[in-house]
Amino acid sequence: MGIQTWTFIIVGLTFALYIGIAIWSRAGSTKEFYVAGGGVSPLANGLATAADWMSAASFLGMAGIIAFSGYDGSVYLMGWTGGYVLLALLLAPYLRKFGKFTVPDFIGDRYYSNVARTVAVVAALFVSFTYVAGQMRGVGVVFSRFLDVEVNTGVYIGMAVVLFYAFLGGMKGITYTQVAQYCVLIFAFMVPAIFISIMATGNPIPQMGFGSAGDDGLYLLDKLDGLMTELGFTPYTNGTKSMTDVFFITASLMLGTAGLPHVIIRFFTVPKVRDARKSAGYALLFIAILYTTAPAIAVFARTNLMETVHNTPYAEIPTWFTKWEDTGLIAWTDKNEDGKIQYLPGSAIVGKQPEFSESRGDHGERIIYNFSQGINELYVDRDITVLANPEIAGLPDWVIALVAAGGLAAALSTAAGLLLVISTSISHDLIKKQLAPGISDKKELWIARFSALAAVVVAGYFGINPPGFVASVVALAFGLAASSFFPAIVMGIFSKRMNREGAIVGMVVGLGITCYYIARFKLGWIGQPETSTEAYWWWGISPEGFGTVGMLANFAMAILVSRFTSPPSEEVQEMVENIRIPSGAGEAIQH
Amino acid sequence: MDTSQRKKYWKENLRYLTILLSIWFLVSYGFGILFVDQLNTIRLAGFKLGFWFAQQGSIFVFVILIFVYVRLMNKLDKKYKVNE
Repeated sequence: MGIQTWTFIIVGLTFALYIGIAIWSRAGSTKEFYVAGGGVSPLANGLATAADWMSAASFLGMAGIIAFSGYDGSVYLMGWTGGYVLLALLLAPYLRKFGKFTVPDFIGDRYYSNVARTVAVVAALFVSFTYVAGQMRGVGVVFSRFLDVEVNTGVYIGMAVVLFYAFLGGMKGITYTQVAQYCVLIFAFMVPAIFISIMATGNPIPQMGFGSAGDDGLYLLDKLDGLMTELGFTPYTNGTKSMTDVFFITASLMLGTAGLPHVIIRFFTVPKVRDARKSAGYALLFIAILYTTAPAIAVFARTNLMETVHNTPYAEIPTWFTKWEDTGLIAWTDKNEDGKIQYLPGSAIVGKQPEFSESRGDHGERIIYNFSQGINELYVDRDITVLANPEIAGLPDWVIALVAAGGLAAALSTAAGLLLVISTSISHDLIKKQLAPGISDKKELWIARFSALAAVVVAGYFGINPPGFVASVVALAFGLAASSFFPAIVMGIFSKRMNREGAIVGMVVGLGITCYYIARFKLGWIGQPETSTEAYWWWGISPEGFGTVGMLANFAMAILVSRFTSPPSEEVQEMVENIRIPSGAGEAIQH
Repeated sequence: MDTSQRKKYWKENLRYLTILLSIWFLVSYGFGILFVDQLNTIRLAGFKLGFWFAQQGSIFVFVILIFVYVRLMNKLDKKYKVNE
């Protein structure tokens, strides 16, 4: 059987499984639809959170980003895991005790204000939509690569599958499909990683393998640093970003992680406060398995690329190289006409992607139009790091098919979690809480279902017509979550004195300054293009790291304003007292 | 649970948070970022120590921190009889 047949079989089986789970776990009430009835075990919630959290970008892109940025890639590793410590210690147990359905619920009640609730709803919708657009695109890309369909067709298939279980089961359906999706994705990620680690160093544990020595007795990382220095790259373990920027980006990603509504909402689904704490631990454990393996894969892949490709005549290149060249993820231009591939610092092309012509060059390579004047001859798409791994390691076809199923599981689970936040924001926070408070539970459930439908359609539209560059969109989502939700929730729990005025001013200032900075320096919507460069960044902080500044501004403004306005009422202070005590969470959800 | 008991419970909780979050800050921002160059002069098998903390060590410590917190809080809840 070929790769194609295996892919159809394995992807088909996993999809059948997800749909089966969706039918089995249909939601009968809004409580089941929004928070899976509050009866998910901490272990299952940990698995579901991990799948929810790890997107197609984590699964396919992360190892590649690290492989091509070395130490600088640490910002993602620490940033996207460290946030869970904040979540477990500062947010999850208290929000679970508070015991309602959404983040705007908490903000609205704690700050006794529909204005605050509305600011939170708008922020939640904005964060979730920017995030989900990238996911739907990811689904399409995975489909197109593995099943040979158009990217847009892939988006439609993905929309149909997500809609099916989000519409039927809400949070309940999503939770149990995510448990299955985690198992698929982690198996698909680890199998090739273990094989490659054995091949490179003889150590089956990738986390230890990349600190070991290869056949030549040299430590892998030393060898890689040596190779890179020799060719004029910055050594792998050193990095090129400034320390300030690394610090701020890491902080922004951590605080953003802790403030993302689709992550927070998962902790409303467990029965007790102690379960919320524990399931945050499980979630991070399951995430850490992938996140500590990714840097190992990165090192194996980068070393392999430098060793097998640089200065090798095109005629003698291994077959995986030409295969990925055919898909357009690798491109080579023989700039110095020696028939060999030179892989050197600098971009080999002008723009983001190579533009291929129909014809072939002297050596049989695909000719590209937009090659650059620099000395580097090789373009490699970063996603290839995970995609090509099984082939480079010479693993059987079914493993390659498994990676396809894993990538799809990662993209679908994240998309579904986000869609639920969007539909809940509309049906619960906007309609039930503000526009039509009198509607029955049954009616609200149907509104939630149709909001999910509408959200899938909008997300699908963004997937087909992606807004700008998706990576900047994700930076935006984290920056906004860090500068709005994180401070508002933390102060809501840890400061009884924090009031409505402070929280609203804080959120608006935090959001405003972060939006401005990203629009100014990342999207180029404001200001002159020539002053939008790195040299003009404030304090040398990149747009990715600016969420941290937004967060500090939020805290500062909120504290300042709250000191000059009246404290919250007795009842609100009593509520804060109450969420600090874990007992009684079971009843709190009945409202 | 009366007010003074509540206050005590909250105070102990905040003490745990301060200690655990200090460790959280130290292993990631400290070892992985601010002191990375100094730590990189120390080796752990094939790893430079600062690089290891940035890409592996900090993550392991994060996981341990949460489970330690879970244990501490479960004990604290029992002590003040607010467990379920």
